[in-house]
Amino acid sequence: MSKMDKYISPTVMAIPPSGIRKFFDLVTQTKGVISLGVGEPDFVTPWHIREACFYSLEQGYTMYTSNSGLPELREEIAIYEKKKIGVEYNPVDEILITVGVSEAVDIAMRVLLEPGDEVLVPEPCFVSYAPGADLAYGKAVPVPTYDEDEYRLRPDVLEKHITSKSKLLVLAYPSNPTGGVMTQEDLAALVDIIIKNDLIVISDEIYSELTYVGQHTSIASFPGMKDRTIVMNGFSKAFAMTGWRIGYACGHPDIIAAMTKIHQYTIMCAPIMGQMAAIEALRHGEAEMRKMVDDYNYRRKLILSGLREIGCSCFEPRGAFYCFPSIANSGMNSEDFCEKLLFEEQVAVVPGNAFGAKGEGFIRCCYAASISNIEEAIERMGRFITRHRKC
Amino acid sequence: MELKQKILQLMENDARLSPRTIAVMLDEEEAKIASIIQQMEADKVILGYNTVINWEKVDGDGAMAMIDVKVTPEREFGFSRVAERICRFPEVRCVYLMSGTYDLSVMVCGETMKDIADFISHKLSTLDNVQSTVTHFMLKRYKQDNLIFEDPQEDKRLVVSP
Ligand SMILES: Cc1ncc(COP(=O)(O)O)c(C=O)c1O
Repeated sequence: MSKMDKYISPTVMAIPPSGIRKFFDLVTQTKGVISLGVGEPDFVTPWHIREACFYSLEQGYTMYTSNSGLPELREEIAIYEKKKIGVEYNPVDEILITVGVSEAVDIAMRVLLEPGDEVLVPEPCFVSYAPGADLAYGKAVPVPTYDEDEYRLRPDVLEKHITSKSKLLVLAYPSNPTGGVMTQEDLAALVDIIIKNDLIVISDEIYSELTYVGQHTSIASFPGMKDRTIVMNGFSKAFAMTGWRIGYACGHPDIIAAMTKIHQYTIMCAPIMGQMAAIEALRHGEAEMRKMVDDYNYRRKLILSGLREIGCSCFEPRGAFYCFPSIANSGMNSEDFCEKLLFEEQVAVVPGNAFGAKGEGFIRCCYAASISNIEEAIERMGRFITRHRKC
Repeated sequence: MELKQKILQLMENDARLSPRTIAVMLDEEEAKIASIIQQMEADKVILGYNTVINWEKVDGDGAMAMIDVKVTPEREFGFSRVAERICRFPEVRCVYLMSGTYDLSVMVCGETMKDIADFISHKLSTLDNVQSTVTHFMLKRYKQDNLIFEDPQEDKRLVVSP
């Protein structure tokens, strides 16, 4: 086959291949794997939500919705966000329904960035932000966060990375991959810096319901921050609805209007089946969602205690469904560790450097797995670590 | 929620959870959890631990019936004395007092349908206070104790994802 590379835009060519993808291929070739490598709930979407979708199909809801999404869904989201983060959004022009937070991130970057604009991205972090910035011809500037700070973004570190080109800051707490959260006080320390430097914030709050210690706080709830924050959230994690692809963005009407402009030409609207299901989730899904959160919390304690027992140092993750232990005492780098662990003990975890250079020396272990799988994985990892301990 | 309730909720879903695991999940001492469980066993809050088995998958798939039993209640004892008597038969798996057109719902297991028919005609319907019985043979089990028999439970997620 002839090579067609030369036809592909240099911008796309320059985006490095995903570290996760590479590892995925390895894992699928291995038999008998226990995977703590997933990034989604182990629950299936609650039945009442699935059932509401069947009903909507029976009723014939199979058409486009308005570009911004079903008005009922936007109204439910407005009620939900007011209760959850204490910020009021007008469902008419301050909320846009998207195809997951993934789309929201993409179109927000395209709306806000001009060539050369810098996006401050605290690392380690979810994999989409830097490519999102690249594709919008901006430039992602990694801002390190540290294990000893439980991966909270430190104001002094943030300030050091701000330049005259800085335009956007991504805040994504509770954090994938670390499980770290930022409290009200942690966020308060950033507000002045953000306002002084005229930054816009993308606040990816997809894991907000999965906060196990204390309350989730949004940066948008601070005085002066609502207009310069785009709050993004969705149904994937809290309601176990990853495959439905429904998320949303809330923000200033001008920004939402601009995002809607891209959305209408590229996506038209998020799928109506998913939107119907999302309405049911917000209207009647709280109880089942709480049960799932309790269940994650049990397993969070189990995996943390297990990891510490086998000698992995790990801070207590207060959100999401990940632990991010250090593998320093193995003397291996993250990728070698994960590959060897996979080959020798058939346990899949994700190398920390897949989430940015700051993740090197760590691994992401997802505890959205059954109790027996967590216990078995810990036992295997324990054997592995004992065998390879360097210090 | 009270600690006892939390323990019970966890154990109702998985009787094999060890006190140690439960202790970790609830942030408690293992010894404390073990002693609460022991106490609940002694108090008959926890009656025992069964295994839910799909007998269809192994030889030895027996017969089962639900029997609606009408009973003449007794002064002072109501339905209890008859119910307790019925419970004594090893063939009987469950006995419930019901509202509606009959009084006791009795679940009976046997190796064959004939075993069950014999049990009803010789033992159950001959009891003094039993007025009548209606027998429904079970044809297939779909769900029991919150477990679905033919649930394709395999993990459908991608093995690694962001
Ligand atoms: C931090 C974070 N943001 C966004 C997403 C994507 O969410 P969605 O399914 O809404 O596109 C993920 C999924 O893993 C995530 O971890």
